[in-house]
Amino acid sequence: MSRMRLGGLRPHGAALLALLLAGLVAAPLFANDYLLTVLILILYFAYAGQAWNIMMGFAGQLSLGHAIYVGLGGYTAAALFVHFGIGPWIGLIAAIAVAMLCGAIIGFLAFRFGVGGVYFAILTIAFAEFARIGFDHIKWTGASGGFFLPVAQYAYNDLWHLRGKPVMFYYVILVLAVAAFVLCHLLLKSRMGYFWQAIREDEQAARALGINTFRYKLYAVVISAGMTAVAGVFFAFFYNNLFPEQIFHISRSIEIILGPIIGGIGTLFGPIIGAFLLTGLAESMNEIMSAFGLDVPGAKQIFYGICLLFVVMVLPEGVWPPLRKLLRLEPSRRDHREQ
Amino acid sequence: MPAGIYLNVAIGGLLTGLVYGLMALGLSVIFGVVRVVNFAHGEMMTVAMYIAVVLFAALKLDPLVMMVPIAAVLFVFGYALQRGLINPFISRPEHSQFMLLVAVGLILINALLIIFGPDARNVQTSYSLDSFLVGPLIVDATKVYAGTAAIAFAVALFVFFKFTMTGKAIRACADNYTGALVVGLDVKRLYALTFGLGSACVGAAGAMLVMLIDVTPQLGPGFTLLAFIIVITGGLGSMPGALLGGLLIGLTEAMAGIFFTPSAKSMFSFALLVLVLLFRPQGILGKKAS
Repeated sequence: MSRMRLGGLRPHGAALLALLLAGLVAAPLFANDYLLTVLILILYFAYAGQAWNIMMGFAGQLSLGHAIYVGLGGYTAAALFVHFGIGPWIGLIAAIAVAMLCGAIIGFLAFRFGVGGVYFAILTIAFAEFARIGFDHIKWTGASGGFFLPVAQYAYNDLWHLRGKPVMFYYVILVLAVAAFVLCHLLLKSRMGYFWQAIREDEQAARALGINTFRYKLYAVVISAGMTAVAGVFFAFFYNNLFPEQIFHISRSIEIILGPIIGGIGTLFGPIIGAFLLTGLAESMNEIMSAFGLDVPGAKQIFYGICLLFVVMVLPEGVWPPLRKLLRLEPSRRDHREQ
Repeated sequence: MPAGIYLNVAIGGLLTGLVYGLMALGLSVIFGVVRVVNFAHGEMMTVAMYIAVVLFAALKLDPLVMMVPIAAVLFVFGYALQRGLINPFISRPEHSQFMLLVAVGLILINALLIIFGPDARNVQTSYSLDSFLVGPLIVDATKVYAGTAAIAFAVALFVFFKFTMTGKAIRACADNYTGALVVGLDVKRLYALTFGLGSACVGAAGAMLVMLIDVTPQLGPGFTLLAFIIVITGGLGSMPGALLGGLLIGLTEAMAGIFFTPSAKSMFSFALLVLVLLFRPQGILGKKAS
């Protein structure tokens, strides 16, 4: 039955996963609007983290500018919707295309000219910052004043135009998160996935084995960018507003990558666990603080910083690998590396 | 507009660029020796700027006078940071070091945000509005003082690395880590010292810059990026390169501000970074990697 195993999980692992999924599907039955919003945020970060993980976790290319793909995706779909009345599902295709093109340009420039490691990370930040300042000056999308989608009270959920109640958005992002998980699983098991891991472990050795490292690194960036753009479209239609100062900001990029780092880089469950841990803890901290009547704007970010500090110092592999050991979900030797 | 205005702006940009160069020099020194990318560089600079703001607001101490004490405070901070947090990470993978310093930066920004709030602060000295008339040119006095101080600090650092035993020992660590260990150098202490010196550059630059621009907690990441752009443009590991890069970026920003719009000026720095990375990855004065 090895074909049926998801991510090299043992049967009781698969049972746990099924339980988690069932819980998430049933959550809107119990959850109030606030809790649902938190869950949406968690799944959003799980999804975006999964997309980032393809680049860093699988192929070993550190991107610190993923906000650019979120922003481009969001702005593309929102602009098509506002200016031409084109619905988000068609806009999504355009959004993915734009983000993929942008990823291809960044990847091409970086990899063709041998920009790697730290320099590559800085290049990704520079592009995101470039986009932030650029969008600050594009009048067509509201420039720095922000770009707004029309908001109205919706009596029913219009899935085709993504206008409706939080429950609808919840299921949309749940489906996206599950799809991203499955896609990443398939990618990891594919020929390309093994090439990526070879590049991650030792790029020169990979090249010596005849892997076209330029091409596969580029694929990683492009796929990751396209997936991240979907998160941007979701963001735009869920929050109904886009500000260059927010969506392209470097702290957005860092938020995206915190989940997978805390959960475990290069693992399939890392981004999900990281998103649950981080957003869950941050929101509960918010709750506790507001219960005491405290309103400290930077506290959440400091908390993120401390979590990150703790994880990189104490659990360099993230939370998932030791947790997996604890739950006796160790993959068999054959699947060892990709878990 | 008459040509004089462009020349005025260009000189202002070059003088600001010297301060940028000093900040970037700190980054270059740290990366060149410790091989750790200080991703909290800009955040440390905002810390220095706030120290200058507080000293000026509370005790009327001129940032120009406080440059050396502030640099000393940042030296201690950098020394402790290297000793306490970064040392165990020396042999860890790059992204792991990166994350560590991103975390430090995140904590610094938001600690400043909690303490000082999001509003912009600045320092208005008695000579804030003074200027020198040089022929047809009007040069902002504060910028002249700041630029001169930045050069003095950079020269002092250069002399230290070139002529003192400790400076030579640090350069030895940078050239050959194993060799330095073999001849019995206390590499950990020298690394901490280097990180402290790099931080001191940031401290001095911050004390100067607070007289030129307003400070907010959110400035940090932008300055980190700016420092990187300067160092990469000038050439990593080259001390004159960092200053040259600073001049170039200062000039670019000033010219972009006058020809286009000031809010778009950093876009031109990014464009410059992309061009340098593509066509001369080792930087203008950098040596080609072997």
